[in-house]
Amino acid sequence: MVQLMEKCTIGLDVAKIRADFPVLDQRINGYPLVYLDNAATTQKPWPVIDRIRDFYAHEYATVRRGVYSMSARATMAYDQVREQVAGFIHAASPHEIIFTKGTTEAINLVAYSYGRPFIGAGDEIIISAIEHHANIVPWQQLCQEKGAVLKVIPANEAGELLIDEYAKLLTDNTKLVAVNYVSNSLGTINPVKTIIDMAHERGIPVLIDGAQSAPHMAVDVQALDCDFYAFSGHKIYGPTGIGVLYAKMKHLEAMVPYQCGGDMIESVTFEHTTFAKPPHKFEAGTPPIAEVIGLGAAIDYLEKLGLNNIQAYENDLLAYGTEQLQQIEGLQIIGTAKHKASVISFVFPDIHPHDVGTILDQQGIAVRAGHHCTQPVMERFHIPATTRASFSFYNTHDEIDRLVEGLRHVIAVFR
Amino acid sequence: MSEYNELYQQVILEHNKKPRNFRVIEGANRYALGKNPLCGDQFAVYAQVDDHGVIQDISFQGMGCAISKASASLMTSNIKGKTQEEAEVIKEEFQKMVMGEFHPEQQANHLGRLTIFEGVKDYPVRVKCATLAWHTLNAALSGTQQEVTTED
Ligand SMILES: Cc1ncc(COP(=O)(O)O)c(C=O)c1O
Repeated sequence: MVQLMEKCTIGLDVAKIRADFPVLDQRINGYPLVYLDNAATTQKPWPVIDRIRDFYAHEYATVRRGVYSMSARATMAYDQVREQVAGFIHAASPHEIIFTKGTTEAINLVAYSYGRPFIGAGDEIIISAIEHHANIVPWQQLCQEKGAVLKVIPANEAGELLIDEYAKLLTDNTKLVAVNYVSNSLGTINPVKTIIDMAHERGIPVLIDGAQSAPHMAVDVQALDCDFYAFSGHKIYGPTGIGVLYAKMKHLEAMVPYQCGGDMIESVTFEHTTFAKPPHKFEAGTPPIAEVIGLGAAIDYLEKLGLNNIQAYENDLLAYGTEQLQQIEGLQIIGTAKHKASVISFVFPDIHPHDVGTILDQQGIAVRAGHHCTQPVMERFHIPATTRASFSFYNTHDEIDRLVEGLRHVIAVFR
Repeated sequence: MSEYNELYQQVILEHNKKPRNFRVIEGANRYALGKNPLCGDQFAVYAQVDDHGVIQDISFQGMGCAISKASASLMTSNIKGKTQEEAEVIKEEFQKMVMGEFHPEQQANHLGRLTIFEGVKDYPVRVKCATLAWHTLNAALSGTQQEVTTED
């Protein structure tokens, strides 16, 4: 551990990183802010803020519509981000990158454009017991509409998926598998490569909800061989309102459009419309241009730090946080998988997570308290809610110490 | 940081630990279940109201945070023996107080010990915790809805 930490301090200069995030430098309720709700959304560094401001101040124009220089330049900057995203996740081509509002919209897009034409009565869709509602409800709705069946890979007490049970769920009727890479409420890193390979043996496509993997680890969609991969800009230090759906070209070509309107057509008459080729086929209307530009700046920022450095440093925070929290009397960590991202959910036997959250907030510490949009996970562990601390590369051991101190105060109030 | 906490006052903590009237009234003639879908808290409120509209007995069951549970507990203690009309007035005062629209130290009121919840007004995200039981009481007494949520 000591060795790892030394390596990390060489890899990442956290004091310098913190100076990039203006929001971190403030007091909340009289205390220096400790921001530990990074799984919900991440803060924005100056390079992202500056890029968006500069873009609006000097370069803003519509994309793919104007013949004038400004529009041409904006279009170039916009298209360049698509290439950058393709590089970030190692897609074969930028044409496989669809801009969406976020992970939620990306999954809904697949449920609509792939699910509606290719999933029918009696077909089966497999998800897991530890999904975010965004990767449950669209499939449930599709199943209801089509008379298809939703099947669920169970999880053990540690919050790890039972792969033997998954093997039994795969049948000739299975038409899609949709699982998250990392669980937002438990932190579990799922063995997605195994899950994908097992599905592919039967020719079944797999969607990976990457909302929680994108911020924490380098991802190569071609090495994984996933069919769909979704993530959100706001969870990787970029703007809200922008996310990404990656899909293999063969699927994009076969899928029906999601929304219809401008920019997604090749030709329109009142009798007939020919749709544009992917990705434009799935991007109707004026896109969130400045958000795309901001996403590009965020990816730049992450790549400069290095995803591997980020992962090593966050692993150290996870190890330190776990060790420290375990020493608190009565505290039980929910989600103890062997492979975890830097997310720690926990409960106390007689103190409700909301009360924990409020008393931590009184001390300037921001955590999430609730079901984290994963009610089935809460049910699985027979609890109504948890308190969740989720760490980013800008968090420090000192902040984890503040969390521990804060929790000791919670206990003192309730004693 | 001192252990005195303006929101989590001793009385609230004590009612959280040992809630009053925390039971089912078998054969109650008023009942409703209240839920806060955002956090999963839920309370059932039972009441026995006589022909003159007097709340002879009232109780609750369920689970939630300290604020919601203490609020339910103190509500039942306060309301027992009052008429439905009186309960309605107290409910209005309470709801306005926790939203910062009613100031018991400046205005005549019927809140009694319920004024210890005034601190909730500084915690807007916790207002729904404090009012969940009252919302449910309202549904039980009006007899119109068996199930209500804070989002209704
Ligand atoms: C695992 C997971 N999937 C999906 C989502 C939805 O992401 P968004 O709200 O950005 O669309 C989240 C975010 O909370 C998440 O953590």
